[in-house]
Amino acid sequence: MYQIVATKVLAPTIKLFEIKAPMVAAKAQAGQFIILRVDEEGERIPLTIADYNRDAGTITTIFQEIGYTTKKLGALNEGDSLVDFVGPLGQASEIENFGRIVCVGGGVGVAPLYPITRALKEAGNEVISIIGARSKDLLILEDEMRSVSDTLLVATDDGSYGHKGFVTDLLKQVIEEKGDVKHVWAIGPVVMMRAVTGTTKPYEVPTIVSMNPIMVDGTGMCGACRVSVGNETKFACVDGPEFDGHLVDWDLAIRRLAIFKDEEKRAEAAASCGGGCGCQ
Amino acid sequence: MPIIKEKTPMPSQDPQERSRNFNEVALGYTEEMALKEAERCIQCKNEPCRQGCPVEVDIPAFILKMKEKDYDGAIAKIKEKSNLPAICGRVCPQESQCEKYCTLGKKNEPVGIGRLERYAADYELNKGVTPPEVPASTGKKVAVVGGGPASLTAAADLARLGHQVTLFEALHVAGGVLMYGIPQFRLPKEVVQTEIDYIRKLGVDIRTNAVIGKISTVDELLEQGYDAVFIGTGAGLPYFMDIPGENLNGVYSANEFLTRTNLMKGYKFPEYATPIKVGKKVAVVGAGNVAMDGARTALRLGAEESYIVYRRSAEEMPARTEEIHHAEEEGVQFKLLTSPTEIVATDDGWVKGMTCVKYELGEPDASGRRRPIAIEGSEFFMEVDTVVMAIGQGPNPLVPTTTPGMELNKKGTIKADEESGATTKEGVFAGGDIVTGAATVILAMGAGKKAAKAIDEYLKNKA
Ligand SMILES: Cc1cc2nc3c(=O)[nH]c(=O)nc-3n(C[C@H](O)[C@H](O)[C@H](O)COP(=O)(O)OP(=O)(O)OC[C@H]3O[C@@H](n4cnc5c(N)ncnc54)[C@H](O)[C@@H]3O)c2cc1C
Ligand SMILES: Cc1cc2nc3c(=O)[nH]c(=O)nc-3n(C[C@H](O)[C@H](O)[C@H](O)COP(=O)(O)OP(=O)(O)OC[C@H]3O[C@@H](n4cnc5c(N)ncnc54)[C@H](O)[C@@H]3O)c2cc1C
Ligand code: SF4
Ligand code: FES
Repeated sequence: MYQIVATKVLAPTIKLFEIKAPMVAAKAQAGQFIILRVDEEGERIPLTIADYNRDAGTITTIFQEIGYTTKKLGALNEGDSLVDFVGPLGQASEIENFGRIVCVGGGVGVAPLYPITRALKEAGNEVISIIGARSKDLLILEDEMRSVSDTLLVATDDGSYGHKGFVTDLLKQVIEEKGDVKHVWAIGPVVMMRAVTGTTKPYEVPTIVSMNPIMVDGTGMCGACRVSVGNETKFACVDGPEFDGHLVDWDLAIRRLAIFKDEEKRAEAAASCGGGCGCQ
Repeated sequence: MPIIKEKTPMPSQDPQERSRNFNEVALGYTEEMALKEAERCIQCKNEPCRQGCPVEVDIPAFILKMKEKDYDGAIAKIKEKSNLPAICGRVCPQESQCEKYCTLGKKNEPVGIGRLERYAADYELNKGVTPPEVPASTGKKVAVVGGGPASLTAAADLARLGHQVTLFEALHVAGGVLMYGIPQFRLPKEVVQTEIDYIRKLGVDIRTNAVIGKISTVDELLEQGYDAVFIGTGAGLPYFMDIPGENLNGVYSANEFLTRTNLMKGYKFPEYATPIKVGKKVAVVGAGNVAMDGARTALRLGAEESYIVYRRSAEEMPARTEEIHHAEEEGVQFKLLTSPTEIVATDDGWVKGMTCVKYELGEPDASGRRRPIAIEGSEFFMEVDTVVMAIGQGPNPLVPTTTPGMELNKKGTIKADEESGATTKEGVFAGGDIVTGAATVILAMGAGKKAAKAIDEYLKNKA
């Protein structure tokens, strides 16, 4: 059993959990993820490692309550335990001193971006970070991101905080005004990552994205996590989750995320009425 | 007494009914049937049946105990060699192993050795398995990587020799293909777990959620004080055909399809949270055990039509005869000498069908099987909405690529001595599908057994 040792509400529907898993914490690196199950009937869901504490033997993960399992997870409290927690999975980010780089995070994607940004800063890069959310109350980890960035810019869709508009507006501005951007990291919703690669493409700035396809095992056994990168099929769980954003087939990625849409609704409906009544 | 020519038939669920439920298909012998079948064995002095058994079960001896109604004695005999009898009794390809060599089989049907094994094992499972005696500790520690039949066998044998064994499994339960691949209706998961509990009772420390290569490498295990390592990580990497449309919504690897259903209990969705989506017309490409399991599972998940699409003929199908037979009975349709060249999409990216070509068989190739040749101009469209790729699996690279100094074969399998499982790296042994490529449960167990023996020798000679 893997105990939840601390919880924090970062924004409505976005929660931070610190989970005791010393073996995972000992090996975790920025860019990797874990897979957990809430209970015996539970689904295996992947979540990025937002932080780790090797001394305390804990992993921090930040998640958005969007469907059946993440809501069930969010309902747990400090002291509760998860049945399964496996990791660290996937390849770690390739951290180098590139020079000037931009880290772009959207929504809950800021969480996995944070340890990567920190590592890039520690590697000597000049880090410009751009984070965004739909509105101010959904923005997470602002202080943490500021502490590991040379410059931090904020965008909200509704203009309730920072620039009114998208992170891509700010990114374009940075590339044009500052110039010499060597690398861009982008993590967030698929549509946002696609927009970022569209923005950087004309300037030919290498852009790394973190793919979040549907997964089952996370060890290269099932092939559920297929993504097409440069017309080659890759398994995001072992070859990724980070890929060259300019080579990703985004339409395919978006389509594949919708595979179980109907079933997800059924699971939630069953949960809300207690299930078993046959009403779905 | 005249010889009964035919094997005592084993009762099974009605095909109509069973093709819609996940309960076990074959129901096992009653005591009366078991005795009748055991009577058929003529107790050959030269024991030809034994040469076909990769773990050398003393077949005539256990059948003799059965004849004497000494079922405890029978299962004890089997367990001298096999740690997983209830599993073997259900899924071993007996027709190409022990039963192939049975004297009776020369003129009539061979003795139903597998069915008798299953009877003895189930007898014990029903009664409650007595935990075995565990010998005094040798003080040596062995790490076993993976939780499939190769690893479970190696772990059990090493524990019986007094070594302290820790088994690391990547998934949340041990069992390997027995848990995630082979369906409930063929091998109930409760049976697998009971046999695994037995291995736990031998003192094996089973650690699930532990991916070796990530949480620790093989080198790190050796540094942590394990005196030897056994690698049994299987052939879990699904192959695809490399044809257009394979990433469409509705195309699964057999591994994903079966894992969602078996390991994650997708057939009980939404009580179990993992969904599995299956359409009305399902095509399973391939004709091995994996493909049969896929096609039969599709029916049980509600498909109206389920097809096996295979580019050779019925004769070459690699699946066990019994499985092919069961699939036919349940209504699986066979599209032989046929292979897809493209999977075609609807406007919103779901499978709408496959373009296929017909094949004919040419001269035998290197594998001895006649080579399939595409017939020009034979393209046709097959309307399906779900495709399951069951064309084979390769070795999972996680451990091989993180273990420097351990040589691999061209296909990425681990190079290991056939007799001992010794790899080119000192203290590291390997066996099962990760060495041979996708094979069978019993061969994996045989490899685990040989490796356990060799590891024991190695530990004795190691200071
Ligand atoms: C490598 C990786 C890292 C991730 N990191 C985070 C993270 O740090 N924080 C976070 O909030 N989310 C993260 N996700 C997404 C998270 O796994 C999904 O939100 C979660 O599985 C949804 O489960 P659910 O049952 O609550 O929702 P569902 O009701 O199952 O689904 C809601 C939507 O989520 C998507 N989804 C469903 N299952 C999965 C799945 N197994 N993987 C990915 N997406 C899925 C689908 O688009 C679906 O429409 C990550 C995904 C991957 C692959
Ligand atoms: C659907 C299906 C049906 C089959 N039907 C039959 C049949 O009827 N009869 C028959 O004889 N054979 C059958 N087979 C073949 C048989 O199951 C395999 O040959 C056998 O299971 C191989 O055993 P193994 O121990 O080598 O590997 P596996 O059973 O594959 O077990 C390997 C285990 O190692 C784990 N693992 C992998 N990597 C790591 C890692 N890095 N760290 C920790 N753990 C890891 C995996 O999660 C898995 O649990 C079938 C196979 C399939 C897929
Ligand atoms: S070969 Fe057949 S008849 Fe002879 S001992 Fe073995 S099972 Fe019995
Ligand atoms: S999640 Fe199964 S192969 Fe990646």
